[in-house]
This record gives sequence, structure tokens and C-alpha cells, in this order.
Amino acid sequence: MADLTSDFIGIKSPNPFWLASAPPTDKEYNVRRAFDAGWGGVVWKTLGEAGPPVVNVNGPRYGAIYGADRRLLGLNNIELITDRPLEVNLEEMKRVKRDYPDRALIASLMVPVNEEAWREILRRVEDTGCDGVELNFGCPHGMSERGMGSAVGQVPEYVGQVAHWCKKHSDLPVIVKLTPNISDIRKPAQAAMEGGADAVSLINTINSITSVDLDLFAPQPTIDGKGAHGGYCGPAVKPIALNMVAEIARDQATRDLPISGIGGITTWRDAAEFMTLGAGNVQVCTAAMTYGFKIVEEMISGLSQWMDEKGMTSTAEIVGRAVPNTVNWKDLNLNYVAKAVINQDECIKCGRCYAACEDTSHQAISMSPDRVFEVIDAECVACNLCVNVCPVENCITMEAMAAGTTDPRTGKVVEADYANWTTHPNNPGACAAE
Amino acid sequence: MKDTALTPGITAGRLPPEDYAENFSDLHAPLDRHEALVAADRCYFCHDAPCITACPTAIDIPLFIRQIATGTPEAAARTILTQNIMGGMCARVCPTETLCEEACVREVAEGKPVLIGQLQRYATDTLMEAGVHPFTRAALTGKRIAVIGAGPAGLACAHRLAMHGHDVTVFDARKKPGGLNEYGIASYKTPNDFAAREVAWLLKIGGIDIQTGQRLGDGLELLQLKADFDAVFLGIGLGGVNALNLEGEDKDGLRDAVDFIADLRQASDVAAVPVGRDVVVIGGGMTAVDAAVQAKLLGALNVTLVYRRGRDRMNASPFEQDLAASSGVRIITGATPRGIIGNGAVREIEFEYTDDDLTPTGQTFRLAADQVFKAIGQSLQGEGLPKLEGRKIAVTGAGRTSVDGVWAGGDCAAGGDDLTVTAVAEGRDAAMDIHASLTNAG
Repeated sequence: MADLTSDFIGIKSPNPFWLASAPPTDKEYNVRRAFDAGWGGVVWKTLGEAGPPVVNVNGPRYGAIYGADRRLLGLNNIELITDRPLEVNLEEMKRVKRDYPDRALIASLMVPVNEEAWREILRRVEDTGCDGVELNFGCPHGMSERGMGSAVGQVPEYVGQVAHWCKKHSDLPVIVKLTPNISDIRKPAQAAMEGGADAVSLINTINSITSVDLDLFAPQPTIDGKGAHGGYCGPAVKPIALNMVAEIARDQATRDLPISGIGGITTWRDAAEFMTLGAGNVQVCTAAMTYGFKIVEEMISGLSQWMDEKGMTSTAEIVGRAVPNTVNWKDLNLNYVAKAVINQDECIKCGRCYAACEDTSHQAISMSPDRVFEVIDAECVACNLCVNVCPVENCITMEAMAAGTTDPRTGKVVEADYANWTTHPNNPGACAAE
Repeated sequence: MKDTALTPGITAGRLPPEDYAENFSDLHAPLDRHEALVAADRCYFCHDAPCITACPTAIDIPLFIRQIATGTPEAAARTILTQNIMGGMCARVCPTETLCEEACVREVAEGKPVLIGQLQRYATDTLMEAGVHPFTRAALTGKRIAVIGAGPAGLACAHRLAMHGHDVTVFDARKKPGGLNEYGIASYKTPNDFAAREVAWLLKIGGIDIQTGQRLGDGLELLQLKADFDAVFLGIGLGGVNALNLEGEDKDGLRDAVDFIADLRQASDVAAVPVGRDVVVIGGGMTAVDAAVQAKLLGALNVTLVYRRGRDRMNASPFEQDLAASSGVRIITGATPRGIIGNGAVREIEFEYTDDDLTPTGQTFRLAADQVFKAIGQSLQGEGLPKLEGRKIAVTGAGRTSVDGVWAGGDCAAGGDDLTVTAVAEGRDAAMDIHASLTNAG
């Protein structure tokens, strides 16, 4: 069985599955349960300054969107950082780390943007024996209105500055948690790196309104008739997170910057995907909040099995494997021609491929009176929509046309050579291939 | 001594009183909101969906299920009722396993169709329980139509005509409207007087006058009706019951299954309906199964259903056959009744095994029987009807008969299965044709 031991910026954990800083990691009781369940690490719920703790709303904190059968696809929250006294959290962290020395324990921090505040919190956190700190520059609600969280993360200069202070005042590894509520995720990542951060983690939650109560005419979750935007997470945000992770992993400036991947990770497969796009480990929250801590067992067994099947012995072998294959559009091979193929034995004749293609695409699927659906190669542009809407996995597939055959749609012979947009005759800026 | 299952002869009260309510409660408990949402989620919203094609009334099933899934069962009900005004009853009695649910692509994919029938019931129940009748009448046309028979075909026809502004008088031979919905369907399929409630709800459209106790040929004459009304629709069903044509058929204990079923439906207390200890039902259709299962539910000790051909030829669907078997009904196939034995009252029935093509084998057997129900089919009754095709009224197009101005639909008309849903479709379509011909003429 594959060795899942993880070493992320020098922080060791028995597996690469950490729980993200969030409600599941707010106190000792939960974290002990998480470690007992098998989680490799925990990023403790974000600590603020000493003194009176923040307060939360006393109404609903979460909103949700659902898929079929009320499967939770996206969760939105308006909870703030820990609302328990700093001292209590620090004592609990110390006890937990003492009892689970092989697990990673990271302190998530959020204090105002001044050097003294960061120096002070770091001093106190170091005493817990934690393995590192994560700077919460991501939280998009509540704290951002007070100049913290994503209000910092959206200004690369602040990100770099605070990272610098933290490295200056502590020997602990520093992870900067990034907000996705920014137009170019590479900028704060570069700033964190320049400030001396050891790693970035992303994504934090996305500004969101999950739904509107159509009786109250108010956003949900609704507090006494009003709603505020919250932070969106869960399976629905995974594609956004994957892209942002890949952006950083592909960027010349940050390609060597370690990444802790976060965003809708629900299964071992999601975790593996994040790691192939450059994440050294992953953090999970919504899946645990939906199904409980036990899911880590599936993540461990699944990743192990897949690694065995791929002949990988270390999680480090996964990291970045898909990065070289993540390119810009202009680098895609325009000589690659595929056609949809419908497996008639698998087809259950629902006709969704037909409706999708006929109404919204290229009229490339025919329907016979007895409901046989067939691809019209002369019309098919291989857009993949039929594959996406088909309820039967692998019933419709995209098959590449062999070089030398003729594409009945264009009448052109499929060429074996790679050729992209940069050399395409239709491109006004094309450079002639020489 | 109190009567029990072992008591010989035909008697009531074979079961402890509390068992009757349980035995005659809903065959399928209605879906609650959560169950309906889970079931609705499974619909794929197929293109030109096979379930619609399989429905005799062509209800837009994917649309109504999507309306349920999005929290508007009232809109779903309107989608259903627009096509099938008796969608509530059809949700209960349709053999969905051979119609929409058989065609469901998830039946193809997983052997587990979307629960279309139960979802239809959820939607229609929601609207009917709110007391809402979602249709209104068009401007009055001044045209008057006579509908003969207040069964599914007649009522569907009447409702559609009333909606288009015509005035309708519905005549029915029985004391209550509803036809087979009221008299001919097993009690556990339509408990709580649903048939009567559905008729009352349907009549909320207005413009429909129901005249009960009026039988065609018995003071009510087709020629006179033709003269008195602008059009006539015949939805008279099949009033006659086929005979065994055996000696001794008049012995005590032999009954038509339809009468037994009607007795159960009309009984204020099913515990008071007598049933034999050894019951034999002869026939292989829905009526035979309804009678056999209910005899068992009343506490009969032995109930045997005997059909002359093989199981695959039975008109009762596989689901109905399984229901009978799981209720404790013994099913014997390939046997034809040959003799009725008994002195005054039936005591035994003799059968002869037959081949697939009904060739006698010479092998006979006898079944103890203190009660025998005949369910070997019903037949059209009446004189002076339009031209027949076979044993039913010949129709062309949407129910046009050989007599100008007279339409027919439902079980009495040739073509189509003898199902509630088919009757509704035929009544509805005839109404549209009547409407077209009356308005074109006017």
C-alpha cells in the first residue's frame, strides 16, 4: 500500500488530508475527534487578538444549494473567526498537540494590519507547540468590513508586508491563505512569496448569496429579515479553486511556491486532482461538515489504491503531475479532431443528448422514430455537451479521428502534426512556421 | 361461536373487526412531500419522453415531475388534469407498470422506474385537497349535449364540453355517478370515497347536470335524445356479464365478480360483506384479481383464481398477479370450468386442464367452492345502438359512430384497452370533436 506520509514545507503528517480552518476545527473536542478519525492535520479555527472575542450572529450562519436528492453542493457561511477567548484556544491547542504529536497542527491567525499585533499573536501561538501558522487573508465576510481577512488578501502589498512581519518575528513556517475574491490570484501569491511566506493555501471562500427567501424577499441565511453576503465553499467551488491553484503552479514567479489546496474537496479523487495541479497537500471543510470526519477513511483508502495502481510510492510523486499539461488555449492542438460516439448498448434512450444538441448546439445527433440516437459526424464538432448531459457514464465518448482520415464535417484530412492558433492562417498575428 | 376463516359457507365477520380497516386501506400509501421530492429528483426530463407516448392521455409527465421537484405541485396537477381530468383516479388505478413506468428510461437503465403514478397522485391530491378546481368555462355556446353514462369516458367528455361553454346533461343508470370508478374497482385502490369526491370536484366546472337512475332503452331513447340535444355521447360501458354456459349456473353461491366488487365499494362497513370459506374466481383479468384479493382480505380461507389460458395471456398485469399471489390467492392456469356440483348451493367446481390452444386434455380436477365469482368478461348491452364492430360500438376518428351526431367512447366503443385512462382519453377526444363540429356548424 502506498505511503501517504506527507511533508509539506517541513511539516510532517501521516497523510496529506488536513482539515481547513473553519467551524470543524474550532475547539479541542472537535479536533480530537478529527484526529481520532484519522485526519493528518488540522488548521485550527482562526484566532484573533487577545481581549474580548468577536461575536457571531445568533441566527442562521449557513446557506446551501442542493443537487438531486438534496445532496449539498455548495455551502455559504457568515460565521466569523473563533468567538472563544484566545487563552482558551491556546491552551486547547497545546493539549491537543501534546497528545497527537504525529499530526500537523497549524494556527490560523487574523489580527489587524500592524506589526505589533502580529508580533504579539505569533509570540503567544508559538508556545502551543504548533507546527506552523496560516495567515487568514481570505475571509470575505464580517472581518473584511473591519480591514482584515480578504480586505488584506485583496491588496498584494499588505499580503507581502504581513508575511514579512511574520517571518521576521517567528521561526514557524508561514502559510498565506488567499482569497479568490480578486481578479488575478497570482498577484497576492507573488506578494506572499516576496514577503517570505513558505507557502500559500487556497482558496478561501467566495463572496456569495446562496438564495433569496421569496416570501421575505431577503437573502438567505436570513437574520431578522435581512441577509448579508457570505463565503461560498463546497463541491460547487472546486473548479474555481483548481484553476487558481494551477495558475499559481504554472506562473514563472511562483512555480516553486508550495501550495496547500482548498476548495470543495470531497473525495480522494478531488484531493488527487488538486495535487496533480500543484498542491502539496489539501485541506477539507465542507465535506466534513456534510458527512462527518469519517470520510477521511475513504480519502486514505482511495488515494492509496490509486497510487498503487499508478505505481507511485510517495505523495510527492503526485504533486504537479498535471501542471505541464495545463496550457493556454492558444497552445491547444487544432489538428486534433474528435467525434462523439454513442454506445447503443449503453443508451437508455432518454434523448437528452438530442435535445441538447438540437436545441443548443450543432444539430449533430439524429433521432429515429424508435428512439435510436446517432451522431452525425458531418455536423459533430466534438463539443462534448452530449457527454456532459448523458445520465449514463461512458455511454457517449469522444473518439479521436486517426491521422490521414477525412473529417466529414470539414472535408479536410486529419493531420498528424501538432498545430495551434499561433500559426493558424486565420490568426492575424500568426507567425509562419519555419 | 364467532365466525372465523374456518366457518363453512358464506358468512360475514370472519376477521377480528380491527383487521378490516387495515386490509382495506390504501394499497400504496401516498407519498409525503419529502418522498415526492426524492422520487421527482430521479426524473431525467427526457426529450419527447417515452412515458408521455405510453400514456393513453399523453400527460406531459417530465413537465409535471419537474413542477413537483421545484415546489409547485399545484402547477403539476394542472399539467396532469389538462390532459386527464381524472388524473387523480388514474394515479391510483392505472396499470402504470405496463404504461408510463414500463416506458421510463430508468426502468430500462436500472429496472426501477420513476414513481410516476405515485407522483401524479401527490400532485393531484395536493390540488384537490386544497379544494381548487383549476379550470373555468368558456363563453356559453347555447349548445346542449347529452352524455349517456357517468363513468370515466362520460365524465371526461362532459367536463371538456362544459369547459368549452356547452351545457351537458349526463344520464346514468346507477344511483351514483362514477361508473366503474365508483362500482368496479377494488376498495383498497380507492379508499375514503375517492371516486365520489373526484366526481364532486370535477363537477365544480359547472354546466354539467347529472341525472341518475336513467337507463338507455328504459325510458331514455337514443332517437329522442338525438332530437332533444345538439349531440349525444355514449359512454355506457359494458353492462352485461358473460356467462359460463354450464348447467347449474343459477345455483346459490355463484355470482358475478363485478357485483361482489360493487357490494364492497358500496358497503358502509366491509365487515358486513359476506364471503365464502372456499372461494373460486374464474377469469384472468383485473376484475378477477380484484375479486380474489378482496375475498382473501375479507377472511376467506382458500381463494383460487382459475384462468383457462397461461399466465402470459392474463389481462391482469404481472403486478396484479403478484399482488394476488402475495395476498395468498392461489392461481391455476390452463383450466376450464366443466361442471358445477352442489345441491341447491354450489359445493364444488370441476375443471378440465386445457392446452395453450384450449384443446381439452381429458384431465379433470375439482375445487371445493362455497362461493364462485365469474369474471370472464363483460359485454355491451342495449338495443338500437349505432353499428357494432365485433361486440362493441364501431367508431371512426375521435369516437364518431355510424349515427350522425352520436359519438361513443370508453369500454363500449371498439378499439383501445378497457382502462380508466383510455376511457378518459376517448371521452376527452370525442368532446373536442363534438365541440369542433358544433362550432363549425354554428
